[in-house]
Amino acid sequence: MRNSIVRLGNITVVGLKSIARNKMRSLLTALGIVIGVACVIVSVAIGAGVAQSVSEMINSLGSNFIMVMPGTSTQSGARMFTGNSTLTEEDAEAIKREAPAVGYVSPNTRTAAQVIAGELNWSTSIQGVGVEWPNIRSWNIDEGSFFTEGDVRSGAKVAVLGKTVADNLFPSGGAVGSIVRIKNVPFKVVGVLEKKGGSMMGSDQDDLIIAPYTTVMKRLSGQSKIGMIIVSAASAEQVQDAMDQMDALLRQRHRIPPGGDADFMMRSQEEMAQANAQQVGLMRNLLLGIAIVSLAVGGIGIMNIMLVSVTERTREIGIRMAIGARGRHVLLQFLFEAVTLSVLGGLLGVLFGVGVAKLIERVIKWPIVISPQAIIVAFVVAATIGIFFGFYPARKASKLDPIDALRYE
Amino acid sequence: MAKPNFNGPKAVIEIRDLVKIYHLGEVDVRALDGVDLTVNEGEFVAIMGPSGSGKSTLMNIIGCLDRPTSGTYVLDAKDVSRMSRDQRAIIRNAKIGFVFQSFNLLARTSALENVELPLLYADFDGSTRDRKQAARDALHRVGLEGREANHPSQLSGGQQQRVAIARALVTSPAIVLADEPTGNLDSRTSLEIMGIFQDLNDSGKTIVLITHEPDIARHAKRIVHVRDGKIQQDERIMQDRIARKGIEAPIAPVAR
Repeated sequence: MRNSIVRLGNITVVGLKSIARNKMRSLLTALGIVIGVACVIVSVAIGAGVAQSVSEMINSLGSNFIMVMPGTSTQSGARMFTGNSTLTEEDAEAIKREAPAVGYVSPNTRTAAQVIAGELNWSTSIQGVGVEWPNIRSWNIDEGSFFTEGDVRSGAKVAVLGKTVADNLFPSGGAVGSIVRIKNVPFKVVGVLEKKGGSMMGSDQDDLIIAPYTTVMKRLSGQSKIGMIIVSAASAEQVQDAMDQMDALLRQRHRIPPGGDADFMMRSQEEMAQANAQQVGLMRNLLLGIAIVSLAVGGIGIMNIMLVSVTERTREIGIRMAIGARGRHVLLQFLFEAVTLSVLGGLLGVLFGVGVAKLIERVIKWPIVISPQAIIVAFVVAATIGIFFGFYPARKASKLDPIDALRYE
Repeated sequence: MAKPNFNGPKAVIEIRDLVKIYHLGEVDVRALDGVDLTVNEGEFVAIMGPSGSGKSTLMNIIGCLDRPTSGTYVLDAKDVSRMSRDQRAIIRNAKIGFVFQSFNLLARTSALENVELPLLYADFDGSTRDRKQAARDALHRVGLEGREANHPSQLSGGQQQRVAIARALVTSPAIVLADEPTGNLDSRTSLEIMGIFQDLNDSGKTIVLITHEPDIARHAKRIVHVRDGKIQQDERIMQDRIARKGIEAPIAPVAR
């Protein structure tokens, strides 16, 4: 028993020495695995980072958040999603009045425009909302104040700037009280929102302007229906109740019989998180597919080079056999070499992948999450690939005839 | 044809009616056609013959690299003629020390590691240190102390062949089987190598030398001529040719 362990140890030493003797070739052989594993690490890191930032973004919508959006509509018997809203201000008011599980309600209509302040301009998204919007989004005012119920009712030309917009239009401060022109309509800046931070995949949460929805619809977008209604339930336990109450109320108001296709739909924060989890799962599977392909290519690379190596080293195999190496010694030597190469490749790939992921985080500013599981899995897979793709060349080497092998030039 | 030896104390090689037939397509080639050969412990035998005589086939079978079609081959009291690949590998490792024409050292591997190699495949109980010491002793025996770390490319042909001889000796085999060991060397270096073989033989090693050069064969104590797959002549050399006498300059001392 001890003897066979000692001998196995000797064979591994033989394999290691072969790798050490052929450093350049060993490195090139492992390159496929290095790249494969690095790809896995980087793509999983990006995927996990995106998943995390999207879930952070969904969480930042505010707790108990529910969104009521336009749904399918039936036109001449054809059901389709037109994006045309049938939601009205009155719907929002009715929800506020008649749905007890609902805490705050705000219509939400959006448009995009170029905003001008003095000689500076900035293109951004304009959100028309109600006065309860800061409560729903749990978003506070940094300077000045939010607009009032009276501003909404009268369609006052007042605006609250997101931090990014304020910084770009008023680099030296003093935004509150100034005038900005949106589509040539002058708006008085009454407040600046606090910084939410956390830019997600190039979209900046603070890059927006908030104005009364009445003003936005009348002066900027010209729409008569509101794009959507955002709501927060009175408490976390009441989210489902709030949705049920709103569903019943809106069906009644839009004269939709029970069981009929509603012309609106609702998403709670939880549902959005679930949908996100599903998408992340899909992305993860896709990345797994890419990983499998790239690692398989790396494995074929190892098999290819090991086959070349066996042919190139036929004479060495002959010498080893002549002086007493048995078939399994040669098999183990080449198998061990292949596994060592792939594991070293895996190790380099992990280092390389983590380095590239860190670089992406620093330079492109994408969110990155490096998961230990991905590293372990990539590593184990690399070793398995070494065994799988190393076996055939190793077996070929072990079956060589020593006489022919010694004569090989 | 072969003259059996009854005067030797113990037979190391006993070959009886050895036949090797190669099937080349439709034709059967009888490379060996009934060879009988006995080599006793401590003998120094040269096997001679032109190419195609069957001497390489005989060497392959003596070296347990190949199996005979029929006949028996007993090496060191073990019948190896029907052994499997793996069994023959074990026999090669334990009982045979190979020395080749083209040295067959592992490139980019130090002399010491080359000599250690057979012990890596052996039932060697000792530690790594014991293994290195055994390899160092073998190198010392062929006069290469101080060259342990050199790679083959840093050694002359003669030195490389000495490393190969050290590798053949390190497992203390029953026979040293040398296949044209001087074929790639100049005449002076050839004499050095033959000197080492003679010294080893003087210290009791059984040596089988395969060569086609009569001058080299004369350094053995017995010459077996092979022709057409048969042993044609088996002569004893009365007047030993001492390799050392053929060299004017002294060569590195060879430790016994």
